[in-house]
Amino acid sequence: MSLLELNDVKVHFPIKKGLFVDRTVGYVYAVDGISLKVEAGQTYGLVGESGCGKTTLGRAVLRLVDITSGEVVLDGTDLASLPDKDMRTMRRRLQMVFQDPLGSLNPRQNIESILSEGMAAHGIGANQEERREKIRAILAKVGLPSNALSRYPHEFSGGQRQRIGIARALVLEPDVIICDEPVSALDVSIQAQVVNLLDELQEELGLTYVVIAHDLAVVRHISDVIGVMYLGSLVEEAPSDDLYAAPKHPYTKALMSAVPIPDPTVEEARERILLTGDLPSPANPPSGCRFHTRCPWAQPKCKEERPQLREVGEGHRVACHFVEDIESGLLQIGTERAAVVPAARTEQDAVEEAVAKSAGTKAALEAEDAEAMADGDADVTPADARSEAEAESETESGPAASDADEAPASDADETSASDADEAPASGADETPESAAPAETAPAETDPAETTPAETDSTESAKDSSARGA
Amino acid sequence: MSELESTVGRSSVPGPRTEDDVFLSVRDLRIHFDTDDGLVKSVDGISFDVRRGRTLGIVGESGSGKSVTSLGIMGLHRSRRARITGEVWLDSDELIAASEDFVRRQRGRKMAMIFQDPLSALHPYYTVGAQITEAYRVHHPVSKAVAKARAIDMLDRVGIPEPHKRYAGYPHEFSGGMRQRAMIAMALVNNPELLIADEPTTALDVTVQAQILDLIRDLQKEFGSAVIVITHDLGVVAEMADDLLVMYAGRCVERGTAEQVFESPQHPYTWGLLGSMPRIDRAQTERLVPVRGTPPSLINVPDGCPFHPRCPYADIPEDNVTRTVRPELRETVGSGHFTACHLPQEERTRIWTEEVEPKL
Ligand SMILES: Nc1ncnc2c1ncn2[C@@H]1O[C@H](COP(=O)(O)OP(=O)(O)OP(=O)(O)O)[C@@H](O)[C@H]1O
Ligand SMILES: Nc1ncnc2c1ncn2[C@@H]1O[C@H](COP(=O)(O)OP(=O)(O)O)[C@@H](O)[C@H]1O
Ligand code: SF4
Ligand code: SF4
Ligand SMILES: [Mg+2]
Ligand SMILES: [Mg+2]
Repeated sequence: MSLLELNDVKVHFPIKKGLFVDRTVGYVYAVDGISLKVEAGQTYGLVGESGCGKTTLGRAVLRLVDITSGEVVLDGTDLASLPDKDMRTMRRRLQMVFQDPLGSLNPRQNIESILSEGMAAHGIGANQEERREKIRAILAKVGLPSNALSRYPHEFSGGQRQRIGIARALVLEPDVIICDEPVSALDVSIQAQVVNLLDELQEELGLTYVVIAHDLAVVRHISDVIGVMYLGSLVEEAPSDDLYAAPKHPYTKALMSAVPIPDPTVEEARERILLTGDLPSPANPPSGCRFHTRCPWAQPKCKEERPQLREVGEGHRVACHFVEDIESGLLQIGTERAAVVPAARTEQDAVEEAVAKSAGTKAALEAEDAEAMADGDADVTPADARSEAEAESETESGPAASDADEAPASDADETSASDADEAPASGADETPESAAPAETAPAETDPAETTPAETDSTESAKDSSARGA
Repeated sequence: MSELESTVGRSSVPGPRTEDDVFLSVRDLRIHFDTDDGLVKSVDGISFDVRRGRTLGIVGESGSGKSVTSLGIMGLHRSRRARITGEVWLDSDELIAASEDFVRRQRGRKMAMIFQDPLSALHPYYTVGAQITEAYRVHHPVSKAVAKARAIDMLDRVGIPEPHKRYAGYPHEFSGGMRQRAMIAMALVNNPELLIADEPTTALDVTVQAQILDLIRDLQKEFGSAVIVITHDLGVVAEMADDLLVMYAGRCVERGTAEQVFESPQHPYTWGLLGSMPRIDRAQTERLVPVRGTPPSLINVPDGCPFHPRCPYADIPEDNVTRTVRPELRETVGSGHFTACHLPQEERTRIWTEEVEPKL
């Protein structure tokens, strides 16, 4: 039996309207029928785009949101139907680590008080002294100095705060830790430290994790099994390596191909499937296969019938009517919904051409070529030589060559062709340039700079609407 | 030749740089802020060039000075508390010493910027369309109707569905990805010759990120603009950049073509970044190889090499030089690949090939 088992879990948030009597006018189908199993001592990774229901699912497991229907079975007990009072004791066994380490720690509590709070509530440790001992041991495990006990959250760096969050979960000796975006708020080098820490703790303490993250490379690194979510449901689930080596669901394929790889040579050779359009609203999910509005392989059937998650290989489950046909190549990608693009560098030639054309260097190059040919090649017939000489003088005096200083864009865009110089429009001073309101960006560090920028853009925007009227 | 000499050589011949297509040339730029806590050396002497049609990637962790650098180029740091020195050559004009008015006129047309947070660049009270139209009219004396047509065309180009309808929408009515696209439309409406994208996709999902990066590339291809992409994600620069600059504590620690920096990175910090990033195209590794410790405060930058408290090789160079002498950027013989590290070249190559690369 698996340690944690979800059976057709649904979380629908009612959308309320009405001033006096709340009327339910619809639902947000945040989690819409998810079944999965998490094995003891393993890591289950959940990935998917923002808003697809990852956090809601995590919160449902802890019953921090109402479960609309379905079962959450921890070690044989269904939490969904458990009375509140029994749930309170069960909660110790399930802990959550949050994305924003600072937001989830009370700034007025010192670390000892933050960590011992939950322990006292769950009756761990006979007295404060015992609890303090235990906390010291855990702090050492997560790589924090023991003098951290009397300090406050703001005195720590982001990475250290995340360690505190992990320590807070660990002191309760949970069976399962749900990590919601545990490293996405951290710097790259610190991310790696925390990822390694999670790995080490799992090995040492035999922990079971559910890791939710949008960074696919991180999830792949720490997970044994990965579930891919789209609009409230699982579209694919597979052992980590299989999923990355051979994604089968069209959405997973697109998702994987969108992850940039830190290696230009690999990037160059890669094909990517670019999805068009935005994620549909979970309040109004598409009929049939939820992905059909964006799927490059979609067929008429996809609109009608919702595909169930089914086994297509060892531990590999996919929810798509046409996996086999896509796999075999029987079904080809449709281009109106997605573009298959080769990576950047193959386009380099085109870029260079555009530059050369506009900056006049191409003309210069051609002139050079003509010159080289004209005086180097003895076999040139007189006629040829003359035409080449003509070409040469033409390019030298031609408009392209004399334009060298001007905007490279000028001949590509007819609207601006006539004013490649900087002739400012009459209202240049008070109008919002695309950059002006940006002075608000450094605002946190320098409030003095914010005010003028804000008034600036407000005034100019007013101006523009006045002019329009 | 050291970086310093080449810098001096260059700046002594100011003027147009079109002979080698260099559109932006930044020379020894320093931006320091007076604060109550002390002097913040956000940018402390960096130099680089960006050519037309090329993309420079600037990578570094948060607080390393990436945004301050880009705002500095755009001339958006002209406050009493900011001390700015060095040179910023845009085409043939130097901007640091230029009048505020002059710099303002360069914005939009000659240089434009895309920000991490689109809400900081879009005004909440005006429709997206009106803001793009206005941005266009600043630089083009055309009628409202013409500018509007241009704005709708731009919205269409950046992939916003039903641009005619969306023209009248307010920023808060757009999803995150659409807002980012609207801001890109605004930044590109004047076909800027230099586009600075500061973490253009950090807040976005990978699928949307792929769309946005593709868009930036397409527009660059069409107009041959010079582009700077600022990010902490080495994957994004691998995809976008021709040249690469790695920043640490307000300084450039390594610079070269993307191939050079990815294939034979020379600086221990660059190795650290590479070792910190899990890769989906490789077999799962047992453990990541992170950089120990945390980035320094820019008020109290460590003496000598700013990376020394975190560097595993700090003891190799003799006489404790890493802790006392700031390493200058030096070129790996005749290659255009610069590194600021006291380790001898052969030693660096050896460590990379024998110790670091095999573990990645
Ligand atoms: N309390 C709530 N009431 C109504 N709708 C909600 C509530 N909580 C979440 N939602 C909606 O449910 C959907 C799923 O949200 P959820 O937070 O689970 O997404 P997520 O996958 O964790 O996204 P992210 O990657 O951005 O964290 C979203 O459309 C969200 O707006
Ligand atoms: N206006 C300002 N006043 C004082 N310090 C600032 C200001 N703007 C940025 N800084 C500081 O400069 C450093 C670099 O910031 P920034 O360039 O935003 O980093 P990043 O590399 O993340 O973009 C940070 O330490 C930041 O706090
Ligand atoms: S069921 Fe149809 S729409 Fe859904 S993923 Fe498969 S092919 Fe695409
Ligand atoms: S100079 Fe010394 S401390 Fe700095 S990166 Fe090189 S070896 Fe490390
Ligand atoms: Mg979430
Ligand atoms: Mg920044």
